[in-house]
Amino acid sequence: MDLSYTPEQSAFRAEARAWLEAHVPNEPLASFDTPEGFEAHRAWERTLHDGGYAMVPWPVEYGGRGADLLTWLIFEEEYYQAGAPGRVNQNGIFLLGPTIMEFGTDAQKARFLPKMASSEEVWAQGWSEPNAGSDMANIQSTAVRDGDHYVINGQKTWASRGAYAHWLFGMFRTDAESERHRGLSFILVPLDTPGVTVRPIEKLNHKAAFAEVFFDDARVPCEHLLGDEGAGWSVAMATAGFERGLMLRSPARFQQTAARLVALYQENEAEVGPAVRERVVDCWMRAEAYTLETYRTVSRLLAGGKIGAEASLNKIFWSELDLAMHELALEILGVRAELLPGAPSAGGVGDWLDGYIFALSGPIYAGTNEIQRNVIAERLLGLPR
Amino acid sequence: MDFTFDEDQLLFQTTVRDFLAKECTPEHVRAQWDAGRAHDPALWKKLAEMGVPGLLVDEAHDGLGMDETTAVLVFEELGRAALPEPAIATAAVAAPLLAAAGSGAATRWLAPIARGEAVVAVGHAASPFVTDADVATLLLLRSGDAVHALRPDDITATEEPGNDPSRRLFSVAFEASDATRLAEGRSGRALQTAALDRGALAAAAEQLGVADQLISMAAAYAEERKQFGKPIGSFQAVKHMLADCKVSLEYARPVVHRAAFSVASDSAHRSRDVSMAKVAASDAATHAARTALQVHGALGYTWEQDLHLWMRRAWSLEQAYGRSTFHRRRVEDAVLQSAAPLGAGTTFADAEPL
Repeated sequence: MDLSYTPEQSAFRAEARAWLEAHVPNEPLASFDTPEGFEAHRAWERTLHDGGYAMVPWPVEYGGRGADLLTWLIFEEEYYQAGAPGRVNQNGIFLLGPTIMEFGTDAQKARFLPKMASSEEVWAQGWSEPNAGSDMANIQSTAVRDGDHYVINGQKTWASRGAYAHWLFGMFRTDAESERHRGLSFILVPLDTPGVTVRPIEKLNHKAAFAEVFFDDARVPCEHLLGDEGAGWSVAMATAGFERGLMLRSPARFQQTAARLVALYQENEAEVGPAVRERVVDCWMRAEAYTLETYRTVSRLLAGGKIGAEASLNKIFWSELDLAMHELALEILGVRAELLPGAPSAGGVGDWLDGYIFALSGPIYAGTNEIQRNVIAERLLGLPR
Repeated sequence: MDFTFDEDQLLFQTTVRDFLAKECTPEHVRAQWDAGRAHDPALWKKLAEMGVPGLLVDEAHDGLGMDETTAVLVFEELGRAALPEPAIATAAVAAPLLAAAGSGAATRWLAPIARGEAVVAVGHAASPFVTDADVATLLLLRSGDAVHALRPDDITATEEPGNDPSRRLFSVAFEASDATRLAEGRSGRALQTAALDRGALAAAAEQLGVADQLISMAAAYAEERKQFGKPIGSFQAVKHMLADCKVSLEYARPVVHRAAFSVASDSAHRSRDVSMAKVAASDAATHAARTALQVHGALGYTWEQDLHLWMRRAWSLEQAYGRSTFHRRRVEDAVLQSAAPLGAGTTFADAEPL
């Protein structure tokens, strides 16, 4: 065990910090769940890509930097410390990208990864259907082979980034006779395919972040099948592993929130009193624990380990922590807690409310925390189904 | 940067685990309770042959010369087995304290500790009670900013019957003198703080083992016990309680391991990191104790069922070397009064290799 950084790692940190200081926009970009914000974030992704920082852990040939996951964690820390914009293509770069790396053919890697790394193509995820949410294996959308195409029919919903994205990945039933998690295939669908209709859905924050997607005899080339036909469930579980843990939710974001919470408490200490003190520091400790566990996981992966059902532990931990930190911040803010960022009296604290609304989605998306608890109980503790 | 243990460390852990599974059975623990002593010299001698009490003692004094990153793995196993024995005071606290004190009067105890011939009781600032003072061959006690080394004849110990017969509490009276003093002033205070930190780290590590064992026992019972025609472990109400325990445990583990590194590398954040570990591990263990009891129902509420061997350990280790409230205060002070930046990238910013 050695918990110190190597000189190379420290040098990379300094280099990334300097680059971010020079390039991160001074003003926050508009939300990427608005048309203008979406394009502004894509422009930022191009800057990041040109600087060589878009995909730190990916091979150079796919638009990455060829660094290991520890280097990536360091980058993430600097990225959040610099207050850089959110990653508009997170469904692609953090979820689908690693999945293509694991299951894709060489042709698919060459076709999809570079344009994903540059955000020329932004991805939406198509997991849920009206009758397949927590019960994901109840997927009913079908993909029927017709020559060298799949003909897709059905409906996906809650497709994150669906309103503006170019492509969607999801599971479709390729074997009409199959049931549950058998007979599903993981297919990549261009959203401009004739027969595909995207209908944006406004989220709790009144922004069109996700969408319903309807498929009406949409023809998609068979070469967009990821993994084997009928093996979609195991491909999707790998994607879900990335979503629940390491890739989508590196610890830096929560550490920044915890540090802001500590500062918020210190500014308002006289009003809120000591009762909140213990809870504030408890949140800070949990953010540290999440960081430590992530470094432990990355060390394990570098030593040849794999991410398995323990991703469900991560999902519960970060989503509950994020919510707890924002709830506490609103408590500290008192009457100002209900002000949106634009309110004249918000005085720069309105983003806590925004963050709170977003944090409320954490225990729901990427598999509800109740589903995660089932996974932990059955797969880590061996309890019967 | 490498947050893994090497094969030798993991092998040592497994060896201790297998040994204690055979030697420190619930029957053994209950026999110690009946005997009214949390120490079995024969078992302790066998543990010494494996190197447990001498883990942190250098090889020149018959120890293994290992560091705290290995010690926490071993202490986790002592917790898993609910081992009575003054292991924390002797192996985790006294051995490094005596080595640091450095005088001949101090270091002459190192080899007897490593060989399992001497067991030690330690007094510290976070509690007025001294654990296992009745069986100690040496007592390291504080008086103001001084640390004193005393023999059993030098003290009067009065038992304070407590909740865990594996961790017996005593009020100890003694006459401090120039002859008994190991250190005072600044070095005395430094030894006292180090003793508290080291004890808290080992107790936190034991809590990991206690929590793991409690969760395993509850999961096994939930699988075997049937109601409404099904194992109760198939009900989500039961699954979700146990899943939450598992989350608490797995997020306490790396905090304990980091604290071990901070102690071993004498980090500037040592006390803060240890306190975080003690809080996280005690929360995990007491959460597991409460849940395991609920899963076992009335059966778990009996003296006959072995579950309370570990429940009592969870409760009593929460008290050992500073309660969670004490350690939370220490973290609060460190975080809120620190001039050092918080946030992303700060976790390992000052870490030095071992």
